[in-house]
Amino acid sequence: MIAVYVLLLIPLAGMVILALRGHGPRAGRINTQLNGLTLACTIVLAVDVLLHGPLLSSGKLLYIDSFNVYLVALTAFVGLTTSIFSGSYMQHEREIGRIGPNRLRLYHTMYQGFMLAMYLVLTTNNMGVLWVAMEGATLATVLLVSLYRTPESVEAAWKYFILCGVGIAQALFGTVLLYFAAGQVHALGDDALLWTALHEHAADLNPGIVSLAFVFLLVGYGTKIGLVPLHNWLPDAHSEGPTPMSAILSGLLLNDALYAVVRCKMLADGSLGTHLAGYLMMGFGLLSFLVAVLFLHRQTDIKRLFSYSSIEHMGLMTFAFGVGSPWATFAALFHMTTHSLTKSAIFVTVGHAAQLAGTQRMEKIRGLILTQPVIGWGLLIGTVAIAGFPPFGVFASEFLLLIATMRDYPWLTPLLLLGVGIAFAGLFRHLQPMVFGDVPEGQTPIPANLWPVMLHLALVLWLGLSLPGFLGDWFNQATQLISGSMAQ
Amino acid sequence: MAIEGLNYYQQAVLLLAALIALTSFLMLGQSRLLRLVGIFGVQGVLLAATTAMVANALDFPHLYISALLTLALKGLLIPVMLHRLVVRMGLHREMDTVQHPALVMMGGTSLMVFSYYVSLPVVKLSSLVTVNTIAVSLAVVLLGMLLMITRRHAVAQVVGFMSIENGLFFAAVASTQGMPMVVELGIAFDVLVAAVIFGVFFFQIRSSIDSLNVDRLNRLSEVDR
Repeated sequence: MIAVYVLLLIPLAGMVILALRGHGPRAGRINTQLNGLTLACTIVLAVDVLLHGPLLSSGKLLYIDSFNVYLVALTAFVGLTTSIFSGSYMQHEREIGRIGPNRLRLYHTMYQGFMLAMYLVLTTNNMGVLWVAMEGATLATVLLVSLYRTPESVEAAWKYFILCGVGIAQALFGTVLLYFAAGQVHALGDDALLWTALHEHAADLNPGIVSLAFVFLLVGYGTKIGLVPLHNWLPDAHSEGPTPMSAILSGLLLNDALYAVVRCKMLADGSLGTHLAGYLMMGFGLLSFLVAVLFLHRQTDIKRLFSYSSIEHMGLMTFAFGVGSPWATFAALFHMTTHSLTKSAIFVTVGHAAQLAGTQRMEKIRGLILTQPVIGWGLLIGTVAIAGFPPFGVFASEFLLLIATMRDYPWLTPLLLLGVGIAFAGLFRHLQPMVFGDVPEGQTPIPANLWPVMLHLALVLWLGLSLPGFLGDWFNQATQLISGSMAQ
Repeated sequence: MAIEGLNYYQQAVLLLAALIALTSFLMLGQSRLLRLVGIFGVQGVLLAATTAMVANALDFPHLYISALLTLALKGLLIPVMLHRLVVRMGLHREMDTVQHPALVMMGGTSLMVFSYYVSLPVVKLSSLVTVNTIAVSLAVVLLGMLLMITRRHAVAQVVGFMSIENGLFFAAVASTQGMPMVVELGIAFDVLVAAVIFGVFFFQIRSSIDSLNVDRLNRLSEVDR
């Protein structure tokens, strides 16, 4: 249990340290070391949960089970590899004079602040604290979106703040309604906002209020997942902020918001006894998936392209959790992992590609493979992986998801297949010239640190070839927790 | 249930709920920025009064703390901060145009009716007071959104945003006698940080587009043009 407290204390201490030292040349390394420490912590925690089952802290405020522990580990891992990239990336931005020492300090402090909010979202047992932490994640990242102070970035940050602020306010209303429903159940007493207590007494909660609450919670946290039609902030925030931030937004924030929705769905299912929550998630998920794949075709900015791809994949996961059968849940958990690893790797590569070309506009990015093969191949392999080609992990998880859909809702599979096809075309029509095109004059290689990308892609490849036993166990335990039975 | 069947405490809560809804409507029609901020402050004070009364009538001492927190934050600190920002940026004479005021008001009224309709499932398990307060709080949330949609000025949008928070807080106080203390402190902290960040943004927006009219934030679009 100690590990959880340490896990939350490290980023908190990190904020203080980096608020003081975040402008110096060693700040990037300090940031990496802090993230390394938290990763070590999560590994201890993960082993503990795997061996001894769920942990509940003494004040019942923190709760770790197999569902969130694997997300904690994933968050820490992506946080670490992205911070390795962020060190050299921000140093480069500093050298070309895009940001000054104060903004560098703000960036590093808020990096830790964001990680703290993410860990709190994942480990808290209190639905109210969950909301506070989720809003905290917005507050930590909003000033980073406008870090470059260009008119576009200020606009993106304002949109992000207003849209996510209003969206997440709906989630707070949902939380209040949930608390109201829990207030009617006397057995709950003071524990009325604790997820464990609510889950235990879910059947006693008033279904009318809980269904109303779930709608608000879904809309609220759904804004942060980037579900259509609440997705407008996402491409803007991803494209205008510094690239390491795009990587952690896409790889972590979206996942953790989805985690919050799934926790709420577990409560709603227990209370309603119908599939209402699932249908809502399927509808929103499918809509997001289909709209996002169409938008992929009309993008000009490379980071916007991949943020639409994030919306697409989050839609797919929401859909899968909505289907709710053990197979679909297993696929969704698996897809969360593979997407998170692949997408953060892609954003790291894209960051290098944009620095190489000096722009994010795709028509100006050309000949990556000839100029600097490692970036070109990284982008190519990353995109192949995210488009769902075998033998990468994304293929395995999407395939599982298709099978699960085929079992329960066969008439929806053609839509999914069509979407995957359109997405493939949308990604590759832009990718082809960027990777293989002629080299523009005067394009020279830049110092690049791509081993985080290699590591992520190797992991995704490994996951695609064979799912390691301990991960399978984790997914099985989490699946059992969420859907009530194992995937057979 | 008839209104005579209620005790004084319940009647007072209903009165305050009505007043809070009224301030929301006043904000909707107010085009002067300073007055808008003023009405927002009044709403905060009313909210604090409701909280204190619930604390007194139901004997929930921890609600006094949140009443104090609300008064300090929503009644004083944020309105004063917004007021000073508006004056400092020389916007106190600026008018924010309200387009189609009649339509906006009618929209507001229908949102109010809609909120009552949505709150119907609650009727079966609680008293007249709770139904009204939940409906009013939902209406305040929706009216805050309407305010944000109909206005073009960044300050007005922030007031709308904060008024949404007010509605949520009212829902928490009136229907569930407040949230647990740790959550309430967390929310207050978030609101405070949000208010500070909004202040930072006013300056960033003005230095980038030379105005606070958010309609001019139109460089980013979904697809290429």
